[in-house]
Parts: sequence; structure tokens; C-alpha cells
Amino acid sequence: MTAQLETGLDEDHHLKYFEKRKKPYPRAVQGTFRRIKWAMLIITLTIYYTAPWLRWDRGDHLPDQAILIDMGARKAYFFFIDIWPQDIYLLTGLLVFAALALFFVTSLIGRVWCAYACPQTIWTDLFMLIERRIEGDGPRRRKRDEGPLSVDKILRKFAKHSVWLLIAISTGGAWIFYFADAPTTLPAIVMGEASSGTYVTIGMFTTTTYLLGGWAREQVCTYMCPWPRFQAAMLDEDTLTVSYEDWRGEPRTRHAKRALAAGDPVGDCVDCNLCVEVCPTGIDIRDGIQLECINCGLCVDACNGVMQKLDRPNYLIRHDTDRNRGLLRDGIARTWKILRPRTVIYALLLFITGCLLLAGLITRAPVALDILADRAPLYVTLSDGAIRNGYTLKVMNKAHDAKRFSLEVSGLYNGKVSGLIEINADPDKVTTIHTHVIAAPVGPPAQQFIMRLIDLDSGKIVEEPAVFRRPAK
Amino acid sequence: MPTKIEKDSYTGTDTTGHEWDGIKELNTPIPSWWVWVFVASIIFSIVYVILYPAIPLTDSATQGVLGWSQRDTLATELAVRDEGRADITASISEADAAIVEQDHTLRTFALRGGAAAFAENCAPCHGAGGGGRPGYPVLADDDWIWGGTLSAIQETIRVGIRSGHDDERYAEMPAFADMLPQGERIAIAHFVAGLTGKGDPAKAAAGAVPYQDNCASCHGEDGTAVEDTGAPSLNDAIWIYGSDTGSILKQISNPQHGVMPAWEGRLDPVTIKMLAIYVHNLGGGLQEDAGL
Repeated sequence: MTAQLETGLDEDHHLKYFEKRKKPYPRAVQGTFRRIKWAMLIITLTIYYTAPWLRWDRGDHLPDQAILIDMGARKAYFFFIDIWPQDIYLLTGLLVFAALALFFVTSLIGRVWCAYACPQTIWTDLFMLIERRIEGDGPRRRKRDEGPLSVDKILRKFAKHSVWLLIAISTGGAWIFYFADAPTTLPAIVMGEASSGTYVTIGMFTTTTYLLGGWAREQVCTYMCPWPRFQAAMLDEDTLTVSYEDWRGEPRTRHAKRALAAGDPVGDCVDCNLCVEVCPTGIDIRDGIQLECINCGLCVDACNGVMQKLDRPNYLIRHDTDRNRGLLRDGIARTWKILRPRTVIYALLLFITGCLLLAGLITRAPVALDILADRAPLYVTLSDGAIRNGYTLKVMNKAHDAKRFSLEVSGLYNGKVSGLIEINADPDKVTTIHTHVIAAPVGPPAQQFIMRLIDLDSGKIVEEPAVFRRPAK
Repeated sequence: MPTKIEKDSYTGTDTTGHEWDGIKELNTPIPSWWVWVFVASIIFSIVYVILYPAIPLTDSATQGVLGWSQRDTLATELAVRDEGRADITASISEADAAIVEQDHTLRTFALRGGAAAFAENCAPCHGAGGGGRPGYPVLADDDWIWGGTLSAIQETIRVGIRSGHDDERYAEMPAFADMLPQGERIAIAHFVAGLTGKGDPAKAAAGAVPYQDNCASCHGEDGTAVEDTGAPSLNDAIWIYGSDTGSILKQISNPQHGVMPAWEGRLDPVTIKMLAIYVHNLGGGLQEDAGL
């Protein structure tokens, strides 16, 4: 029957349009990769929950939260970096960098992101930990689920979902702290004084965490996430993936002694099925590389435990390359090819993006000037015949201290700034002022000139082109 | 016509009984989630019709038991807005325009309010931003016939020009077509154009004496207008009715006179004050002590 299901036909040999989920009840396992996963879980969750509480002194008028996305002020703060809407290319660069880093790592060592760092993996692991503590290990849980309804079952389910919801709420709550001052927002949330937007956001994240971590689990990776679909483009035959060493394991048998006695060849695999039972996505790694496999390595741990008990060498399932398994099948030793066109290209792109990002960050101008020319009227003729144009200036001061500027124009015959003595730009703000420029009536109808902002304290100059308009003669 | 409903062996679903050229249609049931959403929508619409205005009648509509109306909501919002502004409008109403112009908050409010009132009431003639139109003066320049100080502008808006208001700004230039021979008028036109370096100097010489006799009393000996006459200066670059000799001759012979309505009574004093501050800040406003 199982074979029929896998070919997509139901019991009556009809084509199936929908495959019902075969819910995995993964068994607990100990070993190296499980320890790495626990360590990553502790590290990433610690970062997630504590990062918003770190402080960073930025002076009197600015938030002192080290990591903060201030939607109201349209600014983001990351330790010593202030990100203005104008710096959005830095975010673009960062995302490109992150994508390339993912490609690079994947081409080298496979889906380590999925295995150890993806929030879906981390939270599912956390939810499974709770589940195991309350409902017991996989097989016991399956037995209870399939059994009749009982008080014990209801109580355990209730306890599990309560703890899950508690985790989900704190996940959503912690998310808010990246967008608001954490120490003042936490009491406000608890007292019910926070904005409705805050509660809606917490509600959304609570729901998604609870559903994705508690209910959807491996289905998110298999059906919702695009990454497994195109990660195959990053893999080649020299990429490390979790794989079953069939050259050593096959032919698998549960009755080795009987087979040996009969003179049949016997592999190392005793077909104990433990690798399938521990798999969080419910697949059999011995079938080869699969879309569902997140490369977490729990089957490696499970298999090593069995091999140790049987006094056979470890790593019947291990991280290996496609090429090596082929070589070993033919009895040739492993070779490792790290320098391959794709790894070199990804590394190079990563390096270039990193350099561009760094250069962009270092060369950001602390003061910028935007000029908007008045449109109505375009120009005004004064009684002495001179022409006057109006401009709205937006002086962006990204520094943490107030600045004073004078304004000059150049490139206009008899051009001068009218009636403006000094611009006071508040720290970390855009100061908007309106000013007039007067120039001689002779000249082209639209003449480009330069407005020059001079810092009265440091003498630094910011120049910006503008257009002066006159009546066409 | 449904003829023969049969069970499809491949899917296990009944057919509808329809058949077209051998093609049969499966009677697959609608997904239950869809049916429930449909039912929920119907229930929602019934509740909505009971609670809110919904069904149009001949000259009205059903009102709904909540008594909600978009118009009432707007009225409430406007009332809340006016209430929020009450103290600032009161301050503007009580204070002198010059004081309003100096106070940062009141000034910001007055400039915004003035801009809105200007766009609605003044821009059709004076242009957006006070840029002027042919025959209507520019308000953004530094030339003022009736005074460019804040108080003078406020008064001009209040009483208008040749408006019929009791305190109207009034000035009238005689039509010289009936008073001077054409040759003399042409000479004066060239002389006036010559004040700003235009016209024909040869013809202008004959205009000097008639100009001093007929025009200088209001327009000044050198073309600088005499204060409070309502006459424009003739020696600057600003001309409402054109600066060429032909336009000047036309204006000497049969002058046009613009009319601005008095805004007192049409606009409330606070709006007039805000308008004055807005116009004063268009770029050419004069300070009180600077005079005309």
C-alpha cells in the first residue's frame, strides 16, 4: 500500500490530486549534530530576545537603543550607524550580500542555513522540545494521538498548546522591541497602554509562530518556502550534503546472520529505520537527496549510535559529496574540490558587494542639500529690473550636533541670496527653509547655477546644482 | 437536459448528466470552506443592511438602526478640527497682524491659512503664488501702488480698490484723449518710455513739458509716484498694462482702471489678517518704517 501511495495512486488505483500529510513523530536523538542544533538554538534565540535591550548612547535627542527601526521618524539605528530613508541602498546592498552569502555557503556545504539558522527550524525545534517534555517522545506521542480521547490526553494537549502560545506571544512581543524603545514599551504592553498597532503586530506574530512552529512545521519547508525549490541551482556534485553511503550500507538487511549463513552479501545498514524515525521532515535519507531534506544531520547522529552499538565504523550516513560517493562505489578514495567555478564566482561577487557596501557606508555625506524651485511664480521681475526666483531648501543634518550654515550662489551674473543670513540645522533632522535668489535679467531662460552651503564652524562646503529661470526675451 | 447521471470510474464522482460530443461534466461539490464563507457573507450583508444605510428609495434611503451617516461624521470631524484651532484663531483675532507675523506658531498657522484663502479667493486674478496676470498686479514683487507694508496690505484687502466700499482705495486717471491733441500724447508716451530707456528719444523731447504739466503731479517729476495718490511709478521695470510706447499711449488716451472687491464682509477678519501676512511674505513685503 505504501508503494501505491508513493506513486500517487489511491487504493482503487485512481490518480490522487491531493496527498494528505503524513505527520512525522520524530524520535529524540543524541549526538554531534543535535548538540550543534541546541547550541545554535540557544545562540540565535538569545540574540533575538536580548538584542533590543542593548543600549547605545547617541546624545540627548536621539534614542539610545542599539538596534531600532523607528518607523515614525523613518530612521533605523544600528549601533554606530544611523540609516536615513536616503540610505535605503545600504539595505538593498545588505540583502544582496546576504543572498550571495547564502548562495556561497550552500554551494560549499549545502543547506546549513535550513539546518541550523532558519527561524522556522529554530522555532520548530523549540516547539518540539516542549512537545517532547509534555507528551513524551515520538512513538509514545503517536500512540496517544491514535488512541482514544482521555483526560490525560486532553490535559497534556492543553498544557502543550498553552506553553506554545506563551512562546508565540513572547516571540511576537520581542519583535515589537525592534521597532520601539524596549524598556518603556514592555510595561506599556503589559499594562494594555500600547498602541493598537502594537497589539495587532504581536497578534500576527503570535499566530504565525504558533501555526508555523506548532502545526505546519516541515510543511513550511516543503511547500511554502521557495528556497528548497531553487537551492538545487547552487548544488553540484562537489557540494557537501547529508547522504547515505550506499556503497557501504547496501544491501541492507535486518537478518545479517541468516543472510551471511546463506552466503548472500551483507551491507552495514541493518535497516533499523532509526534514521527515518528521527527525521524532522519524515523522509528516508537512504532514498538519496530530496527536496524535503534540510540537511540537519540528525539521521547521522542516529545512525552513528547504532553503528557504535554494533561495533561498526561511524558515518554510514554522513556529509559527503555526490562525486565522492561515486568514487567510493568504484573503490577509489575521496577527493575534495573546493575551488570550483561557482564557489569562486560567488566568493568574488560576495567580496565585491562587501566592498561596495563598506565604501557606501564610509562615504555617506553627513550633510546633504535638496533644492526645490518655486513653480508659481517661476520668476518675479523686481522694480529695478532684476529677476528673483524662490527656492525651498531641505538641509539634511545627519550629525548628532546642531550646525550653522551660510548660503552662497555662484554661476549667476549679479546673483545673490536675498534676505537669508544663517541657516540653523537641528541635529539629526531635515531643516526646511524658503529663500530667494536675485540675479540680472540677462541670461538664458533656464540657467544652471550652484548653491553652496558653508558650515560656519568647520568651513566644510556642500554644493548642489539648481536652475534659475527668467522671462524669455 | 440531464439524461444519465453516472459514477465516473476514474475519480469516483457523479457526473451532472450533461453530455456534449461525448464530453461529460463531473459534478464536483464546491469546497466546504467556500460554502461557509458564502454563508457568512450573506449573514454579514443582512446584519449590515439592518445596521447601516443601505437600500436606496425614491428620494432617500433606509437609515439603518445605528443612525450612522457620512455627512454627520464629516460634520463631527470638522467641529473637532475647529475646536482644536479655537485658541489659535482667537489669538490671531485679538493680536495685531505685526505681532502675529513675529510669533512662530501664529505665523506658521497664518501662512498656511493665508495660502489656502489666497488660492480660493485671490489666485484667479493675481495668479498662484501672487505671480500676477496681464492687467492684474504681481503681488510677489517689490512695487506697491497702495503700500507694501503689512498694515497697508491688510487695509487694501479689507476695503478693495474702486470697489464701492465706504473706505475704498480710489484713484482715477483722466482720459487724455479728450484733453490733449494726439501729437502731444504720442510725445508724452515716448517720454514716459524714455524714463526706463525705451521709446524714441527724438520724439520724447517734445513730451517733457506736457508730462510735467499733466502727469508729474501724481506720477512724479522723474516718474517716481507721489505717495498716496494711487498712481504707479513710471521709472521702474513693472508695468501692469505693458511697457511699450503703444501700450503707454493707449493708457494715456483712455486709461484702464482695475477693480478689486472689498473683502470685508466676504471674508472674516481673521482670514483677512492671515491673507495680509501671506501676501506680505510672498517676497516683496515692506517693513513699516521703510514707507512706500
